[in-house]
Amino acid sequence: MLINTIQNLGRSGLSTIAGLGRAGAMLFGALKPSGRGFKLLPLLIKQLYVVGVQSLIIIVVSGLFIGMVLSLQGYTILVGYGAEQSLGQMVSLSLLRELGPVVSALLFAGRAGSALTAEIGLMKATEQLSSLEMMAIDPLHQIVAPRFWAGIISLPLLASIFSAVGIIGGHLVGVDWLGVDSGAFWSVMQSSVEWQEDIVNGGIKSIIFAIVVTWIALHKGYDAVPTSEGISKATTSTVVQSSLAILGVDFVLTAVMFG
Amino acid sequence: MSKKIELLVGAFLFAGIAAILMLGLKVADSQLGGSSESYKLVAKFSNIGGLKVRSSVKVGGVVVGRVASISLDEDFAPKVVMEIDTNFNQFPDSSSVAILTSGLLGEQFVGLTPGFVDEETEILADGDLIEDTRSAMVLEDLIGQFLYGNSED
Repeated sequence: MLINTIQNLGRSGLSTIAGLGRAGAMLFGALKPSGRGFKLLPLLIKQLYVVGVQSLIIIVVSGLFIGMVLSLQGYTILVGYGAEQSLGQMVSLSLLRELGPVVSALLFAGRAGSALTAEIGLMKATEQLSSLEMMAIDPLHQIVAPRFWAGIISLPLLASIFSAVGIIGGHLVGVDWLGVDSGAFWSVMQSSVEWQEDIVNGGIKSIIFAIVVTWIALHKGYDAVPTSEGISKATTSTVVQSSLAILGVDFVLTAVMFG
Repeated sequence: MSKKIELLVGAFLFAGIAAILMLGLKVADSQLGGSSESYKLVAKFSNIGGLKVRSSVKVGGVVVGRVASISLDEDFAPKVVMEIDTNFNQFPDSSSVAILTSGLLGEQFVGLTPGFVDEETEILADGDLIEDTRSAMVLEDLIGQFLYGNSED
């Protein structure tokens, strides 16, 4: 009984470490120079479309609503102190530092990460990856690398679109609906937001989230058990693990950057 | 089909860069390509209160510059270096600076009061020290003085 528990613990620990090793090997294989360089550019553009453009709508809509809700909630609290002028500062700092990078990474994991896992998992199940290898094409270069770079390029752009749209949404509710002075909204925001401190740090956050999410999604798909059940499990664990990883990494990054 | 995808991806990249530009220019209000010309003035205080780097320097409420750095000099007196816009380069060396607070609990800023001009005054130039300074009012000290003063009577 006790022996069994310890055995199971050891087995799951070993398989976790082996999985990490396979994930590292996959990333290394995908990123090492393939000698084909710019011939892979059309593949990258296709993936930018799938990963970036198709995630744009959900990012814009949720950014707008999150900005509007922040503005509404912030107003009801700030007006009690007669400080509703600071609404712009509150909305922009919370979007740029936290909500923009984190929420867009969570949405990205749900929208694009799960699709990447399911696609690559199905490719593996239908032995498309093996047939690529038979044609002497490395699937890591052909399949994994373009998706990885597309994720890294897309997510920071999506996060900045999210923050920009959110600030516009906050302006919409705060200024046009609740009647905060427009000049005060922008000028308080401008005097408190710093390019280096807030915007660049937010960008660094979202680049790191992009690496984490895309890596997990690609690894889960590449490592999936090639059955329908295995693919569904892999897709679920992509969303769960990358969401948890985002929140954990975000805490560490926030502690380092702003702590 | 492929053409359409290229177009959409291009539009996406463009929208992303536009969003970054909007955040940089409209939200953070950072000037591209080096901010306007400025020169440095130095002032020593005995207490700077809650003054921070990038706090504003104002003359009669008009922002003329920002605090560039805050450090301690060899006598442990806080030394504040201010960057003043070169549009405002006619301050005589009889000018004084004080650390003021906007509102009761607002942020602190440096108030610069231009002094008199006669034959002996010179115009402050880059790196000059402003002699006449007034430190920040610290609320705790004020309360302490008030209590102490009352108990003396």
